[in-house]
Formats: sequence, C-alpha cells, structure tokens
Amino acid sequence: MAEPIPLSDAPARAVLGRRPRPRWLKLLIADRRASIGLVVLVVMVLAAVLAPYVAPANPDSMAFAMLKGPSWHHLLGTDDLGRDLLSRVIYGARVSLFVGVATVASSMIVGVAMGVLAGYYGGWLDTIIMRYIDLQWAFPNFIIAVYLVAVFGAGLSNVIIAIALAFLDDFARIARGMVLTIRELAYVEAARSLGASDLRLMLRHILPNAMAPLIVQATVSVSYAILAEAGLSFLGLGVKASTPTWGLILSDGRSFITRAWWLGIFPGVAIMITVLSINFFGDYLRDLLDVRETSSSQSSGDAR
Amino acid sequence: MTSYLVKRVLAAIVVMWAVATLVFFMLRAVPGDPVQAMLFDTADAHAVAVLRHKYGLDRPVYVQYGLWLWNIGHGDFGASIYGSREPVEQIISQALPRTMSLALLAFVIAMGIAVPAGIVSAVRKNTPLDHGFTLAAFLGLSMPDFWLGIVLIIIFAAHLRWLPAIGYAPPSEGLVPWFKHLILPATAIGTAFSAILARMIRSSMLEVLSADFITVARSKGLVERSVVMKHAFRNALIPVVTVTGIAFALLMAGAVVVENVFAIKGLGRVLIQGILNRDYPVVQGAILVVSAIFVLTNLVVDVLYTFIDPRIRLR
Repeated sequence: MAEPIPLSDAPARAVLGRRPRPRWLKLLIADRRASIGLVVLVVMVLAAVLAPYVAPANPDSMAFAMLKGPSWHHLLGTDDLGRDLLSRVIYGARVSLFVGVATVASSMIVGVAMGVLAGYYGGWLDTIIMRYIDLQWAFPNFIIAVYLVAVFGAGLSNVIIAIALAFLDDFARIARGMVLTIRELAYVEAARSLGASDLRLMLRHILPNAMAPLIVQATVSVSYAILAEAGLSFLGLGVKASTPTWGLILSDGRSFITRAWWLGIFPGVAIMITVLSINFFGDYLRDLLDVRETSSSQSSGDAR
Repeated sequence: MTSYLVKRVLAAIVVMWAVATLVFFMLRAVPGDPVQAMLFDTADAHAVAVLRHKYGLDRPVYVQYGLWLWNIGHGDFGASIYGSREPVEQIISQALPRTMSLALLAFVIAMGIAVPAGIVSAVRKNTPLDHGFTLAAFLGLSMPDFWLGIVLIIIFAAHLRWLPAIGYAPPSEGLVPWFKHLILPATAIGTAFSAILARMIRSSMLEVLSADFITVARSKGLVERSVVMKHAFRNALIPVVTVTGIAFALLMAGAVVVENVFAIKGLGRVLIQGILNRDYPVVQGAILVVSAIFVLTNLVVDVLYTFIDPRIRLR
C-alpha cells in the first residue's frame, strides 16, 4: 500500500539474456574513490575484529627496544616503553571504530525519535524540542562534546554519551524536515483514513521514506565521531589512559616526536585513512540515494 | 529593520542565559564535591564546612544560582580553585588575545588557500586540476587538525628547525616572533576549513557562472579575467558570507585542541586544563566566554547578511 511498486527489470533481461547489474553496484564500480574507500574500510574492520590474530605482538607488551624506527621487525617502530606501534594502532582501530559506530547509532535513534515526534505532532512538543535543538545548533559538535565530558568526566562510556548527545541535533533537524514534507503526502492521508495509528504512521509509513538523507548524515557523522573521539582522547578527556586508541597513542607519543617521528605520524595516518574512506563512501551514498543537501538548507524547518 | 535587530539581540541574550543556566546546574549535578577536590580529598569536616560557607555552597541552590547570575552579569566569574587562586576574569583576559590571534590568522590562511582553489576549480571544472583540488579537499577534511599540528612540528620545528615548536609571543614583542609562533598552529586549524570553503566557493561560482548576466558580460566582449573576478566572484561570495559564522565556530573548535598541541595558553588550553584539574570556576568561565563568542558571531553574521540580502529582514 505504502510501498512504491518496484520497477521491473524484465524487459532488460529479455533483451540482454542476463540479469543486469543493480544500480548500486554499477555506481560503486564507476566511482573509483568509493570502491577504494569500501575496500579500505572492510580491511580496517577485519583488522579490528581479528586484532589478536593479525597484530604482530601484544599491544601492551613492553618486550622490545625503546624508540626504534620502522624496521622489518617492527613495521611502524616501537614507542617509548618498548611497545610495538603497529600492534597498538591495530588495537586502536577497535576503540575508534566502535566509538564511531556506537555513538552514531545511539545519536541517530534518539535524534530521529525527537525529530519525528516534533515534526509529526507539532505544537508545544515541537516548540520545546526545537528550542533545545536550536540551542545546540549554535555550537560546534566538538565543543559540545568537550562541555559534556567536562560534566560527566572521562571514560569510554561517557565519551560515547557525550559525542552521541553532541550529534543529536543533526539527526533531529533532518528527521523533522523530512516528516514535515512527508506527512502531508496523499498516501499518508490514505493510511490515516484507513485507521492506522499514529505510531504505525510514523514507523511504517513516514520514517522509511525519510531514511535516505538520514543514512547519508549517519555516514558523515561516523567520520566526525571518529575525529571527535581522537580529539578527546588526545586531550586526555577520552578513554582510560591504558587503552590503546589512536588519539591516545598520539598524545603519549607527543613528547617524543622530535626524536621518534613515527610516533607522531602513523597513528594519525590511521585516522586519516579511515575518515577519508568513510567520506569517499559517504559521497557515493549521497549520489546513490540522490540526497542533495543534508545540512541546514533542507532541514531548516520551513521545508514543507 | 529595527524590530528585526531587537528580536535578534533578545534571542542572543536568551541563548546566553540558557547556556549559563545549563552550565550552572549541570556542573552541580555531577557527583564529587568541588570543595573536597580543592582540599585534595584530605581535609577534615571543619575545613570543608568553612570553605563551603566561604563560597556560599551551604546556601540553597536557587540562592547560589541567583548570586552567580548576578556576578557573571557584572563580569565576576570567581577565582580559580586550583593552584594560583587567580581571578577567572584575569585568566580569561590573558587567554583571549591568544585565541583571537590564532583564529584570525587561521581564517586568513584558510581564505588564502580557498579563494584561489575554489575559483580555479570552478573555471577549470572537470580538468585534472579540479580533480586534484577535490582530492586535496577530501584530504583536508579527513585530517585531525591536532595531528596536522604534530606533523608540522615534526617537519618545520624538529627537522628543518625553521620555526619554534611551542609557545606564544605577544605582538608587543614584535610581529615577527608573534607570526613565527602562530603560523604552524594557524595552518593546522585553517586547513580543514579551507577545504570546506573551497568547495563552497567552487559550487557557488559554478552557479553564478551559468547565470544570464555572465553571458551578457561575455557577449559584450569583456576579458574573461574581468568576467570571472568582477562579475562572477563578487556574487559568488554572498552565500560564502553566511558561512563565516560557521567558519568562526570551526576555527574556535580547532583552536581548543590545537592550542594544547602547541602549548599556547589560549581559551582552549584554559578550558581543557580546567577540566583536567576539576577547576569548576575556570571551566564555567571558559565555557561561557567561548559560548558568548559563538552567539555574538552568529548575531553579527545574521545582521551583516540582512545588509547584503534585504529579503531576509522582510521575512
């Protein structure tokens, strides 16, 4: 009823004699940057998940010579305590990627719920939610994350909560803007007149059609969340000092960079490659889902 | 026009009040007693009670809140409770020029990169040069600014020994040392923003270049340089002006981290050190001042924009 009728590829198949490639695959193959990004991300995730098997050494083992440059034994060198940098960077991927995904997932759930409720019901609920969102909108996400860590204190779960809260407004704004447009469409009216409940209308009829820009925003947000976690950890406001994370490895190595450049370079390269790959892939998703602007202009509220 | 201005100023005041209130109540909702922290958790009950009374912490919360609002309204942010016991206003007024210098230089660097890159990308659309700038913009957006700072230190301070690695020199000690201390951190902060700005200028230029008045300018035989710079670029800048608010926000956020890489005692370092030392008066003061800068910038940009685009104030 609400689902669009899928376009049949039968005629094309009849002519070509084989099943044509789906659109997403065609676009992905044509977009070289996105393909590279996807491959890098898959490798990163595998390395993070399989860290105990992939890493050449225990990331906390101080068994090696201190501050040795890259060599065949230690591809990325060793740190001031004689730990293998490559192993620490691989283990660091676990925290960075986990924080990136966990924060965005929680931020998206809460933010979208706020935006959908505000857009669907309007009235005082909309006013209260949007006042808060506007307040948060006036400040950069990273600064809000710093403020919140100042209140909650450091530590992994607090960092996740702080970054997730800091990113709320992006999702709420987009969701609200989409709902305002969609709820006026004829099919929603039809479903309502058939007696669908508010909850059913929101979850089954409106939200699925509002997903495209939210998915694009989520991808972009994962890269910002990874950067934010690295920044917080670097400042000493992140995870516990013993956990290897990219930001913390950089922070630990900072005092030695004049003698041991690799401590200052490689963890940052890991961050950059990851974020770059996500950005490449996000750009592809934007083309695929045909989302033009995910930020202010579309979701500013007067999109009707 | 006046009513629009009044409305915007009132809204800005309300935002500041909301931030102040949130900061006050959130910091008091945290577990952990600042007085205990001041006395390094070693004090006896009597000393704690004396200090609580001295700072008014034994009064009801709404009285504390009222007094606090009254005080910050008069520029009195209290004193640091860690180490020096210096007044917060003094700490902040020393830090502010450093952060401002940094943000200003970062803005100049960002514009210096973004304007030529954006124009060239638009005029030479889809050439290898344009693709190169696109890739560079992606890279700029994907680098953590603090890491770029570390890389710059490794190259220009540790290996080439051209520039100092850390610290700050006030302009009163000469502009050259001031510039030498700030150029690396400012580049670290400005790079990511130059990427955003270059992309904006590019798409804005592309839009303007296909407009009718550009065709007219070309067909009356104007030199291409004059068409691009005088006719197109000026109009392409209008949407860019709105971004300056966001620009400033981004540069400040960058400064918070990057000041800590370069040991520049600006607002960012004051804020982070305050958090690490649980120095609540300093944290409150720094948050309020940083927030006030954002609110003020947004206000100025909004007002400026009404002069550029009269449609706004008529809405």
